[in-house]
Amino acid sequence: MKDIILKAENISKQYRLGVVGTGTLTHDLNRWWHRIRGKEDPYLKIGDTNDRSTKGTSDYVWALQDINFEVERGEVLGIIGKNGAGKSTLLKILSKVTAPTTGSIKSRGRIASLLEVGTGFNGEMTGRENIFLNGAILGMTKKEIASKLDEIIEFSGCERYIDTPVKRYSSGMTVRLAFAVAAFLEPEILVIDEVLAVGDAEFQKKAIGKMQDISKGEGRTVLFVSHNMAAVKSLCTRVIILENGIKIKEGNTVEIIESYLNDTGTVMEVKYENEENSIGNNFVKLKNAKISKITNNNYILLDEKFDIIFKFWVSDFKVGSVNLSLNIFNVEKVLLFNSYTKIIDSKAGLLNATFNIPSNIFNIGFYSVEVMVVVNHSQIFYCFDEILKFEIVENERNSSWYGNHSGLIRPNIKSEISID
Amino acid sequence: MKQTDKYEADWLFEITPKNKFFSFNLEEVWQYRDLLLLFVKRDVITVYKQTVLGPLWYLIQPLFTSITFTIIFNTVAGIQTGAVPPFLFNLAGITVWNYFTACLNGTSNTFASNAGIFGKVYFPRLIMPLSVVISNLLRFGIQFFIFIAFYLCFYCTGAVISLNHFVIFFPILVVMMGILGLGLGMIISSLVTKYRDFSYLIGFGVQLLMYLSAVVYPMALISEKMPQYAWLIDYNPLAYIVETTRYLLLNIGQISILGLVYTFVLIILLFFIGLLIFNRTEKNFIDTV
Repeated sequence: MKDIILKAENISKQYRLGVVGTGTLTHDLNRWWHRIRGKEDPYLKIGDTNDRSTKGTSDYVWALQDINFEVERGEVLGIIGKNGAGKSTLLKILSKVTAPTTGSIKSRGRIASLLEVGTGFNGEMTGRENIFLNGAILGMTKKEIASKLDEIIEFSGCERYIDTPVKRYSSGMTVRLAFAVAAFLEPEILVIDEVLAVGDAEFQKKAIGKMQDISKGEGRTVLFVSHNMAAVKSLCTRVIILENGIKIKEGNTVEIIESYLNDTGTVMEVKYENEENSIGNNFVKLKNAKISKITNNNYILLDEKFDIIFKFWVSDFKVGSVNLSLNIFNVEKVLLFNSYTKIIDSKAGLLNATFNIPSNIFNIGFYSVEVMVVVNHSQIFYCFDEILKFEIVENERNSSWYGNHSGLIRPNIKSEISID
Repeated sequence: MKQTDKYEADWLFEITPKNKFFSFNLEEVWQYRDLLLLFVKRDVITVYKQTVLGPLWYLIQPLFTSITFTIIFNTVAGIQTGAVPPFLFNLAGITVWNYFTACLNGTSNTFASNAGIFGKVYFPRLIMPLSVVISNLLRFGIQFFIFIAFYLCFYCTGAVISLNHFVIFFPILVVMMGILGLGLGMIISSLVTKYRDFSYLIGFGVQLLMYLSAVVYPMALISEKMPQYAWLIDYNPLAYIVETTRYLLLNIGQISILGLVYTFVLIILLFFIGLLIFNRTEKNFIDTV
């Protein structure tokens, strides 16, 4: 028999959009009027699914809708999804910060949640006092904390400052101390948000290492919410994908992550059948733009080279010469680089161009492609912006650190190190 | 089969959309008693950190208020306090009144001011207002001590003052004041999560309420001078507590057993209403606050 430690049944959560306060009183009264007559809440019947980008018809949205899952004892369950998929809402419900609108969660163990480290830290109090306060907020008794006090102080590495008010600490020390308290929590079920994994590289390593110990070594049940595929892949045994508040997939980590990565907002190809419907001007019209590579996935691996191919219909419009200029932007609209083709004489016909992008230049993330048609050496004649979007993904990593590499680009630098 | 059923029923707890109507989770509050004490400790040691006078501020505020009231209400406006020195009369009223306002102000913004911590971690929300009431009790203790000091001063310099025989019941009065502040505070804090209007109401409402609570005058004065408005004071539970405080400590004024019974019943009622509303609010307030 499976040993189910946590069971979520039909969890839904409804939120009101817009300014809370306008019309709340009338809705509240209406709701109350329905309730005293023993009828169902009229606003529970309506509500859109939570798709941020489209304009909804209702003031109510479902941040989560009919979520069901079970967690076995000792399992590490990953919860992944894009921004706004409902991950944080689910976490809040699991941590009892807010209640579900309908449904229930049943548990056989104490749940402790780490949505943030250092909740309730008070700058005026000393490190030692804060350990007790923070520990108690997280659900430990004074006795438990006292018995682990020495270990906590040692793990934090703040021994020297332990009787100094926390407001005198550097921010790094505060985080260390806060994490040390959290690391010695001993609930049956631990709920962890990925925000925990911010901070410097050393801290990330320590945090994730400790989480690995908790889940693997100590056999604790962990629910882990993250964007970071490398971390999810190495920590979790099973994964749930949320999208617009609905659980769309559940299963074994490797398969689920594969399908999740394939289903992102990328545009790998744009194609127009005839010239009339296409975009462009009276000189060039786009026929086809695509990202071409050997594998068939919707994402590109760090060490995978690919081609960006363009086809344009060119008219006999009077221009001298033509060439293409390619810009690649990251999500923050920072231009990563520009590249251009040779200049050729213009004539009516089908223009073909290919850019060979080498492997190991992009960091992971989303990128958009812009292509400009340049005539007479320097005159930009038409700019096709955001014509393609691609995502660079990291597959495997052989170190114990799973944080994101910082920097705009991520070239594969060969390095050597030795101690003689 | 039977074993499966037993296993099915064997959940430690359940997270549901609403709290049950009459479950106040008092056991859970008990489990978190260490946290309650730590919050009290935090409030006490951090309140006047980095001030020169430190805890002396606890004393300065009631003293100066008393002096001001004595000048305005007794010297200028001529309110009579019998054989009792007006300063002591005012100090007694203000000390116990301050405890009420501190409890009310502290608890009435429980949800709004703790949204940050409540949004990140769960513990019984009742811990917060309870810690306010307890830490203010300590503050009251210090202020009461200064009252005793002045009492002895006036006594030694020959003022005709005496304690009432029933003075041993004074602690009950203080507890009633605390529970009243807590009950009202819980009701208001729940309303504030949705309608911020109430926090403004509290701001000046408490000040006005003081004039309706017989803090600066004996209750008898109102029925004597403005009999048509005396009901305002007669229905105010706070007035009975303040009046009885002076009766016990200074042996001045009147004691109304009926009034005290009314006050007691009302306080218990308000406290349970507060607990009910608070209990309903704590589950979802984070979405509206």
